[in-house]
Amino acid sequence: MHPIVKTVIQRLMLGVFTLFLVSLIIFSAIQFLPGDFGEAVLGQSATEDTVAAFRKELGLDQPAYKRYFNWVGGVVQGDFGSSFSGRASSGVDRSRKVVDLIAPRLENTLFLASMTALIAVPLALFLGITTALYRNSIYDRVVNAVTLTTIATPEFFVAYILILFLASLNQWLPSLANIDASMSLGEKIYKSALPSLTLTLVIVAHMMRMTRAAIINLLASPYIEMARLKGLSSRQVILRHALPNAWAPIATVIAFNLAYLVVGVVIVEVVFVYPGVGQLMVDAVRTRDIPVVQASALFFAGTYIMLNLIADIIGIITNPRILHPR
Amino acid sequence: MSDEQTYSAAGEVGQVRQRRTRLQRIWLDLKKAPPTAIFGMLVVSIYAFVALFAPFLAPHGEAQIFKEPYAAWGGQFLLGTDQIGRDIFSRLIYGARNTIGIALTTTILSFAVGGSLGLIAAINQNWVDQVMSRLVDVLMAIPSLIFALMLLSIFGSTTWGLIIIIAMLDSTRVFRLTRAVSLNVVVMDYVEAARLRGEKLPWIMRREILPNILPPLVAEFGLRFSFVFLAIAALSFLGVGIQPPTADWGSMVRENASLIQFAKYDLKGAMTPLMPAAAIALLTVAVNFIVDWFLQKTSGLKDEQ
Repeated sequence: MHPIVKTVIQRLMLGVFTLFLVSLIIFSAIQFLPGDFGEAVLGQSATEDTVAAFRKELGLDQPAYKRYFNWVGGVVQGDFGSSFSGRASSGVDRSRKVVDLIAPRLENTLFLASMTALIAVPLALFLGITTALYRNSIYDRVVNAVTLTTIATPEFFVAYILILFLASLNQWLPSLANIDASMSLGEKIYKSALPSLTLTLVIVAHMMRMTRAAIINLLASPYIEMARLKGLSSRQVILRHALPNAWAPIATVIAFNLAYLVVGVVIVEVVFVYPGVGQLMVDAVRTRDIPVVQASALFFAGTYIMLNLIADIIGIITNPRILHPR
Repeated sequence: MSDEQTYSAAGEVGQVRQRRTRLQRIWLDLKKAPPTAIFGMLVVSIYAFVALFAPFLAPHGEAQIFKEPYAAWGGQFLLGTDQIGRDIFSRLIYGARNTIGIALTTTILSFAVGGSLGLIAAINQNWVDQVMSRLVDVLMAIPSLIFALMLLSIFGSTTWGLIIIIAMLDSTRVFRLTRAVSLNVVVMDYVEAARLRGEKLPWIMRREILPNILPPLVAEFGLRFSFVFLAIAALSFLGVGIQPPTADWGSMVRENASLIQFAKYDLKGAMTPLMPAAAIALLTVAVNFIVDWFLQKTSGLKDEQ
C-alpha cells in the first residue's frame, strides 16, 4: 500500500476512535446528574410515580453500558431522545423530539458558517499574500494592527460595535437575524449579513496572519534566494515559488479556523438572535435540558473533530516528503 | 580607600563582576521596553488597582438599587443606571474585581493542575504519561466552550463550579505545553546527575526543571489568562457564567444590550453596553502586548525578517 494511503487511513481510524471517546464523554455526562434531577425537571409537585417513570424513561434503572449502546444506537439512526422541556408533573408528555428541534436549526447554522467561510477564506488569503508581498509597508502595518486588535477582542464586542454603526446609527442592515425556511436566499443573506460579518472579522485575522507568516517563513529558504538571485520579481517569487510550498500550513490554518467558527457561532447566534444550534444549546443549558445539550454538543464536537481531521489529511497529502518516499 | 591607590588586577576583576541587584536588572529591562509593552503594563496595573480598591473607588454599592432604571449619563450616576436601577459605573468597578479575580483564580488553578501533571508526565515517561496524554488528546478534541456549556448544564452555574470547570478544561493546554518544554529539559545531564545522587521527585521538579522551563510558562500564563478571561466573559454573556447580582462585565453587556437600538436618540446611552465589553477587550490587548514583549525578550523570538 502506498504510504500516503496508509497514513490517511490511520488518521481516519484515529478520528473515528476520537469521536467514539467523545460520544462516551458526552454520554457519561448524564451520569453525574444529581439524584434529585427528576424533581428538578418535573417540578416540585411531581409524584413519586412520575419521577420513577421519568427515571425509567431515562433508563436510569439499567446498567450504564446498556444505556450507552441504546443511546449510540439511537444517535446513529438519528434519534436523540426527546427534550426535557414540556414534561409536566401531571405525567402527560408534551415534549418534542430533539431531532425535530435541532434539524431546522442545523441547516441555519451551516448556512451561516458556509456563508462566512465563503467570504472569509478568500479575503484572508488575499490579505495574507499581499501583506507578505508588501511587508513592512504602511499597508502591511495597518492590516496587522487591525487584525491584532480583532484577535484580542471578544466576539460580542465586535458584534455590538457593528450593530451600533451599521444597524443603529445608520440603519443599513438588520440587527435581528431571525431567518426562517420560507425566506428567499437573498433575504436570508441580507438578514444574516451582520452575524456573518462579525464572524468574518474574527476569523480572518488569524488566517491572514498565519498565511503571511507561512509565506514569510519560506522566504528565508535557499531556493527562494536562488529564485531572487536569478532575477525574478518579488511577486513571482511569492506566487510561483513560496506559495506552492506554503499551502499545507495555510490549509491547516483554514480548517482550524473553520473549526473555530463552530465555537464562535454560538455567541454570535445569541447576539443576533439567529435561530441556529448554538442558540438552542445555550437555551438548553439555561433550562438544563440535557438531551438537547448532548445532541448539540455532539454536533459541535463532531464538526470540530472532522474539520481538524481534514486539516491533518491535507497536511499529509500536500507534504512532498510523504508523497515521494525514498 | 587604599584600593584606588595601589592597582590590583584582582580588584578590578572583582569590581567588574559585581552583579547588579535583581531590582536594578528589572529596572534596566523596563527602560528598554517598547511603548506597547509599557502601555500594557500601565493598563494592567490600573486594572489591578481598581480591582483591589473597588469598595473605596465605587460611588455606590455593587447591587444597590435606585429608583430610576435606565437613567441617563451624568448627574448622580456617571454612566447611568441599568435595567433595574443599579449604577453602571459602580458595577464596572466591582466587575473588575469579580471578573479578573475569577479569571485569575481559574488560571492559577489550571496551572497548578496542568503544570504539575505535565511535569510528572515528562519525568516518568511511563504508562502514567501515556494515559494522561491520550486523555488530554481526547479532551482537546471537544471545543472548550461547548464542553464548558455541557458541564455547566449538568452541574449548574455556581461561581466555584465555573472556576473548576474552566480550570480543568484549560489545564489540558497547560499540561501539553509543560510536558513538551520539560521533555527537552528532562534529558539534560544535570537532571540525570540529580537523579543519580538520589534526589526525590519533588526536588527535581522544583529545583532542576522548573527554573529552566519558566519563561515559556510565564508567557503561557499571560495568554491563558486572557483566554480564560474571554471564556468566562463569553459564558457570563450567554447567561450561564457568573450569576447576578454579582457584577460582572460579560453579563453587564447582555443586560444592557438593548440600549444599542436607541443610539440615534441617545448615543451616550447606547455606549453603556459597550463599556464593559471595551473593558474586557482592553485588558486582553494589554496582556497580549506584555506577553509579546516578554516572549521576544526571553526567547529572542522575532516576528520575522
